[in-house]
Order: sequence, then structure tokens, then C-alpha cells
Amino acid sequence: MKVALQHLTKKFPGRGRKAREVIAVNDFTFEIPDGKLIGLLGPSGCGKSTALNLLCGLLKPTDGKIFFGDEDVTGLAAEKRGVGMVFQNYALYPHLTVMQNIIFPLQNLKGPDKLSKSQLREKAYEVAKLVQIDSLMDRKPAELSGGQQQRVAIARALVKMPRILLMDEPLSNLDARLRLQTREEIRRIQRETKITTVFVTHDQEEAMSISDLIVVMKDGMIQQIGEPQQVYDAPANLFVAKFLGNPPINTFDGAVQGGKLYIGGEAVMEVKDVPDQQVIVGARPEGFVLNRDGAFTCRLKGVEVMGRDISVLAEHDSCHDPVIRAIVSAESQVDLASASVRFDLKPGKLFLFRKQTEERIG
Amino acid sequence: MKGWLYLLPAVLFLGFFMIYPLIDVFVYSFEEGYNFASQTYFGTGTYNYKYVLRDPYFLQAVKNTFILVVITVPLSTGLALLISVGLSSIKPLRQLYQTVFFLPYVTNTLAVGLVFMILFKKTPYSDGFVNLLINWFGGKSVDFIDGPYWAKMFVLCLYTIWVVMPFKILILTSALASVNRQYYDAAKIDGTSGFRIFRKITLPMISPTIVYLIITGFIGAFKAYSDAVALFGTNLNGAQMNTIVGYVYDMLYGSSGGYPSYASAAAIILFIIVLTITCINLLVSKKHVHYIS
Amino acid sequence: MNQKTDLKKEKKPGDIKKTVGKGIIYLLLTLWALVVLFPFYWMILTSVKSYGTYNSEFIPKLFTLSPTIQNYVDAFTTVPLARYFLNTVIFTLITTGIMLVVTVLAAYAFARLNFRGKNLVFLLFLSLMMIPSELVIITNYVTVTSLDLRNTFTGLILPSVTSVFYIYLLKENFEQVPDQLYYAAKVDGTSDLKFLWKVMIPICKPTIVTITILKAIECWNSYVWPRLVTDNELYYLVSNGIQSIRENGFGRENIPAMMAAVVVISVPLIILFLVFRKTIMAGVSRGGTKG
Repeated sequence: MKVALQHLTKKFPGRGRKAREVIAVNDFTFEIPDGKLIGLLGPSGCGKSTALNLLCGLLKPTDGKIFFGDEDVTGLAAEKRGVGMVFQNYALYPHLTVMQNIIFPLQNLKGPDKLSKSQLREKAYEVAKLVQIDSLMDRKPAELSGGQQQRVAIARALVKMPRILLMDEPLSNLDARLRLQTREEIRRIQRETKITTVFVTHDQEEAMSISDLIVVMKDGMIQQIGEPQQVYDAPANLFVAKFLGNPPINTFDGAVQGGKLYIGGEAVMEVKDVPDQQVIVGARPEGFVLNRDGAFTCRLKGVEVMGRDISVLAEHDSCHDPVIRAIVSAESQVDLASASVRFDLKPGKLFLFRKQTEERIG
Repeated sequence: MKGWLYLLPAVLFLGFFMIYPLIDVFVYSFEEGYNFASQTYFGTGTYNYKYVLRDPYFLQAVKNTFILVVITVPLSTGLALLISVGLSSIKPLRQLYQTVFFLPYVTNTLAVGLVFMILFKKTPYSDGFVNLLINWFGGKSVDFIDGPYWAKMFVLCLYTIWVVMPFKILILTSALASVNRQYYDAAKIDGTSGFRIFRKITLPMISPTIVYLIITGFIGAFKAYSDAVALFGTNLNGAQMNTIVGYVYDMLYGSSGGYPSYASAAAIILFIIVLTITCINLLVSKKHVHYIS
Repeated sequence: MNQKTDLKKEKKPGDIKKTVGKGIIYLLLTLWALVVLFPFYWMILTSVKSYGTYNSEFIPKLFTLSPTIQNYVDAFTTVPLARYFLNTVIFTLITTGIMLVVTVLAAYAFARLNFRGKNLVFLLFLSLMMIPSELVIITNYVTVTSLDLRNTFTGLILPSVTSVFYIYLLKENFEQVPDQLYYAAKVDGTSDLKFLWKVMIPICKPTIVTITILKAIECWNSYVWPRLVTDNELYYLVSNGIQSIRENGFGRENIPAMMAAVVVISVPLIILFLVFRKTIMAGVSRGGTKG
């Protein structure tokens, strides 16, 4: 099912006497292609959960429209939209068994759609097998691990064959190892069912690793939409550049003059077609190359060895952060006795942003 | 030891006014013909129990108490549930309603009982407000205070419910509020009807609270006394409206005056009744209640 | 434009259903609010009707055009209402005060101090919570009578002091105060009593306020014990005072004056409730029961 949002806006009245209204979702317009997995990504409070609740119908938009396929569902109540939702804390009914939880949505069907007991069982087992919990059907949620509860929640959302599947921070309640496993699992389930899936997360790595498309949000506004790698390689603005990538991007004050980029007086790189101006420079950690005669000089602070590669920690007066982190391959030799270190910068890993608007140049 | 020193006042008070009396009450109940003034008795045995169980006043009190319990506990719990669900589903004015509903909790049972009495009482000067309403609907005046048994029982039940409602509403509203909203959202997305949400999600989730209210409700109703005094005065035997606890106090003091042995026997019988009913309650509820570990 | 009208059509039936549902809920709640409030209204109304007016209304009127305060004057002059009132205040203050000291000390011992037999004693305390007061009141009555303490404040107060439940409640709260605070205080050489006074009590103030208020309400409304141990008007509390007014105060059936007395008795608690509404309601939902 293709999903389209048109100028979707949600305002909340401000709390307290003088508080202004909060625009949680501001003029969203984009299209989610059929059968894709979409990550809504942003820091907490950016409106991503509100966007999800608008999609599933728990909230009514202040303005704008939502289409599932060609059908306008904006005014439709949640139960009529045919969406499946996986809640952050799973919202499994604690007094019901796994089986009873899974068939709960199906039991709401009435009239000719009403299912017999054996049909209910059959459907429940079908979806339980898909998420691999068919051996746990008689347990209560409290007797399951976090990962298993997550699967039950997904099964309950899938059992009624939803047109789209929504997930609110699906991995945030799992420990690090399970998180890795479960995100692969979500990817697999989504591929097998081909249901258009939207999930919300604040973890960029999570979003990057499994999404077909990511939507980066900040303060209720869409910052950028695209395939994860494409967004990473060509961030629309400084916020997106900073938000994606771990370790985060290094940023500097710089200036372009006569086709050259200067950071703290050193000309570090040639930049063509950029008019002279003050800029903010973003350099990905992997965009540094150690070079004794490199154009960019920093004070060396130390080295962290992480097996596969090495983090070189350095300082520079123009840098916005106290530490510059550069990732170089483990074979590199760093002279720890030296007070300074010199780099060359890779052009594809370096971005220039306008000082005023923080938008990327070029 | 320092610990005991801190505990000493509590131990003294409890020892003297709870533990010693607790033992003593059993002793009294088996001492036949205990005389208050000379503090002597004839012998030991079960005569006190036999006497109490044969006393028509006691049997009347037991009957009254059971009727009161059977009527008020289910009615008040059900009504409180209805009101709490209503309260939880509104937003404007909720605080105001909650405050108003809680008022009876902080009022003096004896004092407000008097108001109920004059609302229901029929005197030569006036039939009272309630009879005015009854007449208005075409009924005949009834004396609810000095009249027929069931009229009096009706007022007693009504006043008891009025008195116990605030506690039940408060407890149920906070139980309802503690149910995680996500369950409702999840059920709503799945198109669950309001009635089914209530039956399948809300009720099981708050069932421990309901059981708690029913058990404490039973215990409280079995100990009814001051409500009856407030409505019908201290001569409850005369009004045929005595309760078991009232019987105990009357035996101690008041019209029949000064028989601690009989009072003890009656109190122990009450204790056994309450204990039995509570155990039955617990056993029944264990089967039907979901406890979240 | 077309789509918009479609939308509205779709919404309508659900909306009407919702509005009707809300209306029924408000109706129900308002009805119960009337049941709750009406006795209060009636008591105030009657208390400002004059004796003559009240008795001449065969069909009681729902309002009065000539309110009088004569009944309040009568309530204070013909019966010793002020005396009952004062007695109750004294009784409530002293009982609550002693209860607080006893409870705080015991709760501290259970929560913080280690001594032999602590668990056993605590278990014993817990089991005492299940003992109904009707069982122990008989012996207490005999004891107080034989000690010649009838019609004294001592006899009224002492058996009313202990509340196992409040000890339990406060102990639970005390235990939530981190151990580190206690060890830090010990290292600094703070005595237990000082630690209790300077650290525990301020931290657990909300619970202490709660049990104080609950106990005060309990004292103000207590009826059974005062009725048993006092038969001298000089020591009546408001509850048995109002009962005695009902049975032989004001000569014959002066109901307006009786209602004035009822108002006077009810007002302090209602004011207390309105001031400490949140504390009281939170406290009661944590485990108060009536009586």
C-alpha cells in the first residue's frame, strides 16, 4: 500500500497561560512507496511519534491529508484504517496469554467477517510461526523475555493483515545484543510480508541499517528524505550531517577565498565554484588521511586503538567540539611523541555549510 | 538495645490496649456469670455463647447485619464502578466532581445521619422531604424512621451506601487511572468496541482493586453501627434495627448494661463470621482475578 | 470541496453517538453529586429557618426568605456545644500528637535499627492489623472502668493512640530513604535521634502529614469509644454530644437548632478537607479506610 502525506500539520495548544501552541508536525508532504520500510528519525521531541499517531489515527491532524493508496483516510477513525501498530512498551495485555493476545484484534470482527475458533487458531499460528514464537503460545507476557514480547507485539499487529504496519521505537526496550538481532528480524519479517512499514526511532544507526528510506526530522520539520546512504553522503544541512554517523562528524569554522578552503589560516583544500564567504566545515571521521606533509595541522591529543581501525584524537582552535576524532586504518603509524599531527582531507567526506542558514553548499 | 528503646512506646500501647485485651476477651467469653462489680464468676464453659445465640435481640442483630451486607456491598461497589468509569471518561469538571463525591468521607457520620433522619422522618408537623417526593409521584407517605421494618432497613442501607461511596470511588478512579493508556490505544487501533475494551481489558486490569473493595466492604458492613445509631438513636434493640456490633456495645453498656462476658462471646462470634466470609472471598477471587506480578 | 463534505458526512453519526454518551455520563455524575450535596444543603437550609417557620411548614420549602442565626445562638447557649467542641479539639490534638511520636519512633526502629527479634515483632505487628477493634474494646472498657478513668481525658485518649497501620505506612516510607544518608550521618557522628529529626522526618514529611490528617479525621469522628467511657456531659465529644442533643437537647424536637449544631460540627472537617484536598485524597487512596 502506497502512503502519501499532503501538507500534514498537527498543532497542540500550549500548556500553561502564556505558552504558545506547539507545532509537533509541520507541513509534511511526502510519499512512501508500496512495500518499503521507512524510518522516521530524529531527536526526542522532534514530532516523530506524533507523526506516527497521525498515521494510525489516534490523533487527528490540524491540517493536511493522509492517503492510503488512493483512499483519503484523514477523517477515518483508527479502527477503520486497517493499520497494525507495535507500541514502544509493546502494550501486551498482561492478563491474556500469547495466543489470546494475538487473536484479540481478530475477535473484534463482527457479522459475516466473524471467524470460527479453528480459524482464529490457524491465523494465530500462521503469524506466530512467521515471528518464531509458536512454541510460546500458552505463556503470559510476564513470562517472556523482552525480545519475545517484541515478537508477540509484532504478531498481534500483523495478524489482521494490516495495510500498513507502524512501529514506535521498536528496539528501544531491548539490550544491545538483542537489538542487533531483532532489527535483522524486523527486516526479514517486513521483506516476507511486503507490508509497507513505518517505524520511529531516535537511533540513527538503527534507522540507517534497516530502512529503505529515512525521513530525518527536527522540531516538527522534515529535514531530508532519502535512502540512508544517499542522505549520509549528501546531507541537506548541518543538522542532518551531525545527526547521522557514529562517531559524529567534526565541524569547524572556515572560510572560502579564491577557490580555496581555509581552516584557521591553513588552506586545506581546493574548492571550485564556491563564492568567497564564511562557512561551516563538516568533516566525517573517515575523511581524514594521515600525511606527514598534509595540509591540515592539528594538535595531537592521543590515540584509541579499536582493532579494525584507530581513532586519532586531536584539537584545533577552529573546531566546534573539544576533540576532533579521525578514523584511520590500523596500519597507520602515529608518532605519539610529536605535538602535532597533519592530515589530508578527502573531498567526498567533507561538506561546506552556509554560515547563516546551515544549508549545504553545492 | 537501642531498637527496643525506640519501639518501647508502641509495644507498651499495643501490649496494654490490644494484645492483652485480645487474650482477655477469649477468657471473658468462657467465664460464666461474670460479675462486673465484684469481678467474680461461677465457672467456665460455653454458656455465654449459648445465651447469646439464643438471645432474640442477637438473632435480630445478625439478621439485620446480613441484610445490610448483602444489599449494600454489591450495590455500592457496582455504583462506585459506574461512577468511576464515568469520571475517568470526562475531562472538564472532573476535579470538581471528584471533590464533591469525596465529601461524605470527611463528615461526621453521626451528624449527617441526623440530616438523613429529618429528611426521611414523618412527624405530626410534617411528612418530611422524601415523603414529599413520594407524594409528588403519587405514592403514600411512609415513616422511614419509626415505621415498618423494610422502610427503616431501606434508609439504613441508603445511608450506609452514601457513607462508603467516597472511599470506593476514590480507589476505583485511581485504579482506572493507573491502567496504561497504551492498552486502550492498541485496542482502539484493532477496532475493539468500547464495551469489549471495558470487559476484556479494563475489568481484568482493575480486578484486584475490585476484590480489595469487596473484601473491605464486607468487613466494614459487618461492623456497621454508628450509621444505625445516627438514624434510629441509641435504643437500637427497641427500633429492631440493632447490628451485631451494636449488640456488643449494648451488652457492655447502655440499656441492657454491664455484661462483658456476653459482649465478648458476641464479639468473637462476629469475628468468626467475618473471618469465614473473608476466607471465602479470597478463595473465590483467586480463581477469577488476574494479579500482575 | 466535494471531498470535504464527504468527510463531514462520514463523521456525523459517530459524533452524535459520542455527544449523547457524554451527556448521559454527565447526567449520571450530576445526579450522584446532587445525592451527595443535598443533605448538606438541607442541613444548612434548616439551620437558618426559624423554629416557628420550620414547624409550620407541613410541606417543607426548598429555600427560605428570612434566614436567622438564632439557631446558632441556641446551639451554643442551651446545650454545651462549645464544651463538646473544645473537648474534641483537645482530644484530637493530644491523641494525634502522641500517636505521631509513638509511630515515628516505632517506624524508625523497624526501618533503620537492627536488634534481635525485629522480624518477629514486625510480623506480630502486621498480624495485629487484622484484629477488629470490637474485640479489644471490651477489655479496654473494663480496664478503664476499673482504673477509675471513666470521664477523664486519659481514659479517652490512651486506648485511641495506637495505629499499627500508620507504623507500617511510615516504615515503608522510611525504608525508601537511601542507606548512604544514614551511613554518611553516622560517619559524621550524628546520633540516631538527631538523624531521625533532621533527615528522616523532613524527607518523609508528606507521609507524616498524611497520617496526621487521617488520624485527626478519625479522632474528630470517633463515636464508639467516647460513648462507652463518658457519661458526663463535661467530657462529651462532638459525636456523642450530637447524639445526646438529638435525644434530649433543646427540650422538644428543635430541629433547626439541631441542624445548626450539625453544621458547626461538620464545618471544621470540611474546611480541613478543602485546604488539604490533594493530601487527604492521596493519603486515603494509599490505604485509609473509614473508621
